[in-house]
Amino acid sequence: MSVPGGGAPEPLGVVASGGPVDPADLVDPADEAGPPAGAVLVDAPVLSAGPDGACTRLVVHAPAAAAAARPGQFAACSTGDSGMLLRRSFSIAASDPAAGTLDLVVAVAGAGTARVAALREGDRLSVVAPLGRPYALPPAGEGVVLVGGGYGAAPLAWVGRLLRERGSRVDLVVGAATRERLLGDTTPAAEDGAADAPVDAVHVTTDDGSAGTRGRVTDVLGPLLAAGGARHVLACGPMAMLRAVHAVAAAAGATTQLATEESMACGIGVCMTCVLPVVGDDGRTRMVRACTDGPVFPGERLRWDAIGAPAPQRPAGVGARVPDDAVGAPAPVAPVGRAR
Amino acid sequence: MSAATDARPGLAPEDVDLSADLAGVRLRSGVMTASGCAAAGRELAAFTDVAALGAVVTKSVMLAPRSGRPTPRMAETPAGMLNSIGLQGGGVDALVEHDLPWLAAAGATAVVSVAGGDPDEFAEVARRVVTSPAAAGVAALEVNISCPNVANRGLVFACDPGSSAAVLGAVRAAVGDDVVLLAKLSPDVTDLVAIARACVEAGASGLTAINTLLGVDIDVRTMRPRLAVTTGGLSGPAVRPVAVRCVWQLRAAMLAGLLPEVPVVGTGGVAGPEDAFQLVLAGASAVQVGTALFADPSTPARVDAGLRSLLAERGLASLGEAVGHAHRP
Repeated sequence: MSVPGGGAPEPLGVVASGGPVDPADLVDPADEAGPPAGAVLVDAPVLSAGPDGACTRLVVHAPAAAAAARPGQFAACSTGDSGMLLRRSFSIAASDPAAGTLDLVVAVAGAGTARVAALREGDRLSVVAPLGRPYALPPAGEGVVLVGGGYGAAPLAWVGRLLRERGSRVDLVVGAATRERLLGDTTPAAEDGAADAPVDAVHVTTDDGSAGTRGRVTDVLGPLLAAGGARHVLACGPMAMLRAVHAVAAAAGATTQLATEESMACGIGVCMTCVLPVVGDDGRTRMVRACTDGPVFPGERLRWDAIGAPAPQRPAGVGARVPDDAVGAPAPVAPVGRAR
Repeated sequence: MSAATDARPGLAPEDVDLSADLAGVRLRSGVMTASGCAAAGRELAAFTDVAALGAVVTKSVMLAPRSGRPTPRMAETPAGMLNSIGLQGGGVDALVEHDLPWLAAAGATAVVSVAGGDPDEFAEVARRVVTSPAAAGVAALEVNISCPNVANRGLVFACDPGSSAAVLGAVRAAVGDDVVLLAKLSPDVTDLVAIARACVEAGASGLTAINTLLGVDIDVRTMRPRLAVTTGGLSGPAVRPVAVRCVWQLRAAMLAGLLPEVPVVGTGGVAGPEDAFQLVLAGASAVQVGTALFADPSTPARVDAGLRSLLAERGLASLGEAVGHAHRP
């Protein structure tokens, strides 16, 4: 699969049936650059705005973006006249091509996101969407577990519905610190197994036990995978959760596709701030843009030894270092005191 | 208002000549992208007509592929941002094989920003660009002697006249007399004019002002710097007055006979037409749009259209007539 590089957006990235997801279909470092396929910049009317758990769910009218959007992609939104320069990126929670709408779930992290969350029906929002590579759908009929942490659960009902239409059994695991942090609309109550439900079963975890199982998503994911049936995990959430999900899934022999959330200035591939160390088809590690080559990456391609690694001036868990064996990595630093 | 307004009533924006002269090379528009903010142009093409730009200034390229620096590489600051990318890129051979042919096929003009760890590397990168089959689409080279995100950060070439001259001299020797060379200057210096003079005397055909300002942002929650490498380059509207000041100083020095007359390309904080116009009035023959591209990749087209209107409203029939206008007695 090669999303960047131009041309029409592919239909859902569908990987060949009968085997595990081939990571080569998901990341191609030969795609050095390319316009975001199908992305448009649009001044979109806000059709509705309302709470979704601790977040705000906005429905905006952006027909071209809605027609092109796929689960796992994101939208870069202006903060209006806030004086803040950069767009804020949000996962696209749903698209309705017939209605021409995109659903965005906005979590407030600071003054900029607060401005977006404060929008109401009738306001306008400058949106660049859809951006990034979507989830590649696992082979039709194979079982899938979706895992979402906090507002990371936003796109999972959407992808769940698509997977069920393809005959997959879909389990959704959603976790949050507390009941209040769980998304509402995007955490479907599908215990009845209705044919049109987005997923077959929902498993809730909270850190404090205020809803569902007390614990982490991985506490539920491990047994689910061990029970058999699911060979693929699609996840979205904070990097620490994605790391844990990948470890549990890999131990169970399941593939993972992880939607990452990196700090980014542009969202369209020009600024080079959102890079992650990723292993390419040739086995070599490169610092790869999360906005255009991601945000969805196969878990086994991410350099977990470098992601979240502590640096002298930086707390552990933030950012990524450049692995020494990465393409173009700096030469080792000369010993202190030696002339340049 | 000016007498000029009365002299040319009814000048239409579309009749304004917005082309720019860069030391003998004419650009179809005086509005370009800024290095490091447009990659090599391809990503912008989804949102704007790259062929209508004065030029796509490509991200600074070095001899070999380069990973850049660890993350976080970006911190948003009041009316601006810090970046510490560290010249990540695929190296000059990839640029001339893949990116420059793409720009040429798209009908875009390229200005190639070149960088190096020493004068020899700058010269070799420049030589490979101008001797490549893609050289026909390259209007000029911009010599990035002022990137604050190189490893030896205390040794930015553009902070010292001798180092600046060494780089420009090496590049000039490598490319011959006919290639337009722009020296990209840092505002973080004591005597900008002395460095500009050293660049011009060593072979620069023009000057680009300014690169980013070195800054630090500290997260008061974690009590640590936000950037993985602590320091980064400040850009965005916050730096526009610094850019206007630098362009002003360069133009004033030329008018005073302290600096040879060469074209100045103004860049720094251009988010709209009036920002660009300020740089032109201060003495810029052309302008570059940088950080604003991150929020709106069509900004250069908006600046181009708005600049035409601003000139027409003032009875100025060409961009050239406005260059340095603010210095008039």
